[in-house]
Amino acid sequence: MSVRSGRFRLYAAVAGGNFRRFATYRTATLAGVFTNTVFGVILAYTYIALWDERPGLGGYDQAQALTYVWLGQALLMAMAAMGGGFETDLMERIRTGDVAVDLYRPADLQAWWLASDLGRAAFHLLGRGVVPMIFGALVFQLALPDDPLTWLATLLAVLLGVVVSFALRYLVALSAFWLLDGAGVAQVSWLAGTFFSGLLLPLHVFPGALGEAARALPWSALLQVPADVFLGRHTGTGLLAVYAFQAAWAAALLALGRLLQGLATRRVVVQGG
Amino acid sequence: MAELLRDRETAPGARAFDGPAGPLARAREGLRAYGLITAMWIRSTMAYRTSFVLTALANLAATGLDFVAILLMFSQVDRLGGYGLGEIAFLYGAVSTAFGLADLTMGSMERLGRRVRDGTLDTLLVRPVPVLAQVAADRFALRRLGRVTQGLLVLAYALGSTDIDWTPLKVLMIPLMLISGTGIFASVFVLGAAFQFVAQDASEVQNSFTYGGNTLLQYPPTVFAQELVRGVTYVVPIAFVNWLPGLYVLGRPYPLDLPAWVAFTPPAVAFACLALAGLAWRAGLRSYRSTGS
Repeated sequence: MSVRSGRFRLYAAVAGGNFRRFATYRTATLAGVFTNTVFGVILAYTYIALWDERPGLGGYDQAQALTYVWLGQALLMAMAAMGGGFETDLMERIRTGDVAVDLYRPADLQAWWLASDLGRAAFHLLGRGVVPMIFGALVFQLALPDDPLTWLATLLAVLLGVVVSFALRYLVALSAFWLLDGAGVAQVSWLAGTFFSGLLLPLHVFPGALGEAARALPWSALLQVPADVFLGRHTGTGLLAVYAFQAAWAAALLALGRLLQGLATRRVVVQGG
Repeated sequence: MAELLRDRETAPGARAFDGPAGPLARAREGLRAYGLITAMWIRSTMAYRTSFVLTALANLAATGLDFVAILLMFSQVDRLGGYGLGEIAFLYGAVSTAFGLADLTMGSMERLGRRVRDGTLDTLLVRPVPVLAQVAADRFALRRLGRVTQGLLVLAYALGSTDIDWTPLKVLMIPLMLISGTGIFASVFVLGAAFQFVAQDASEVQNSFTYGGNTLLQYPPTVFAQELVRGVTYVVPIAFVNWLPGLYVLGRPYPLDLPAWVAFTPPAVAFACLALAGLAWRAGLRSYRSTGS
């Protein structure tokens, strides 16, 4: 029991430490909030034009579409879909060989970075998400849920989304064991994250087979699923089904990460010098 | 080295560069240094060729995603804000090319905040080369050609697919628009860097005007609220990058009540913006007081 609770305390401390690390840069956070808000305004107007032209597009009315925009800006940093997460740090540690230090710590590499990324995401959700969302709600007509349970349900979907996002970026970071300079892989992953999470346009608006494929890919767990939970599209068993979808991707990708981590630490010689 | 250092004050934050006499000679010297530093970074980039090819392609694809989003929108509608796909592609291609060129040449200035924070700007101050040239060429990223390429491709597509009532003036307007637009965005990068001397951690604010401006101008002005259009016309004049000259080429009325000749003012606006940014840069550099640690 004591070992287990000690482990938990360790990872909680890692998460808390990383939360504080990001919380230190207050001016940077304010600047980021400003930028998220500006982008929210620009996107909101393009969505208004789009939904004026085609009311009910993708099953959203205009207020729901605008809610989607602001939710996207609020979750953008927490999901780290466009970068800004731990992966650049870990890749740098792999490139310099510092990862050797991480490997002989009495903690699991994947769990360590997951805890640290959860701490970061928690800060970004609060520090970067709340203010743009409030601004959006004040300036535009949004469709915010009345039921507090919907807010809670969304929070769980966001948590699962962050874990999926972490699992994806962990794979990206591990690629540095083989490539050393993982910048290209990271960029491709941020690209996929931006596009397939629905950050540019809701995945329901994607036409035909592209839409179906995009909704089945893991990135849809980052924004599309939490947004649809927030907008009340999934309730009852439907809600359980989307949670299962997110959890399944999280489990599969985390397992793949473990496998790759095992290969990397057995086969690859750590850089040094 | 002794001669080079002779007539320069050594305190950082004082006159940073006092080499050749006269502003023209200084500009020439700055450009030469910029070219040399840039060439060095290109050689260094080419040491990791695979990574360069991947990042350049990723850059092209990443910057093209906005356009894919527009294409996806047009899979559902025929017009947006009263504009067809070809017309929006024209505005998009123009602003992407101009912003891409500014980002390629001056985009590294975003990193100034870091140098101010950790004090490595001091190193640049003691070199006998204009600081602006050094900061602009610092870690020159050739992969940013991806955005320029992407913008030119979309512009070519737009010119091929849109019915434009060509006149010699409209033909002339295209290069004029791209060059002035580059100048306007370049001034935003320099202004942003000057701002970072004061607010080191706030570098992301400048993204609102660079990347945000780029996104805004991809769509026609009819999409946005009047106050927003007024703001980017009169206050932060990025509307002169592609909206005013571009709408003239497309034969569309500008939503604000402006005389027709305003469409021809982008070069003057770019010049004024660059002059203003230059003054701000000097003020910022003079206020620099290293880290003290």
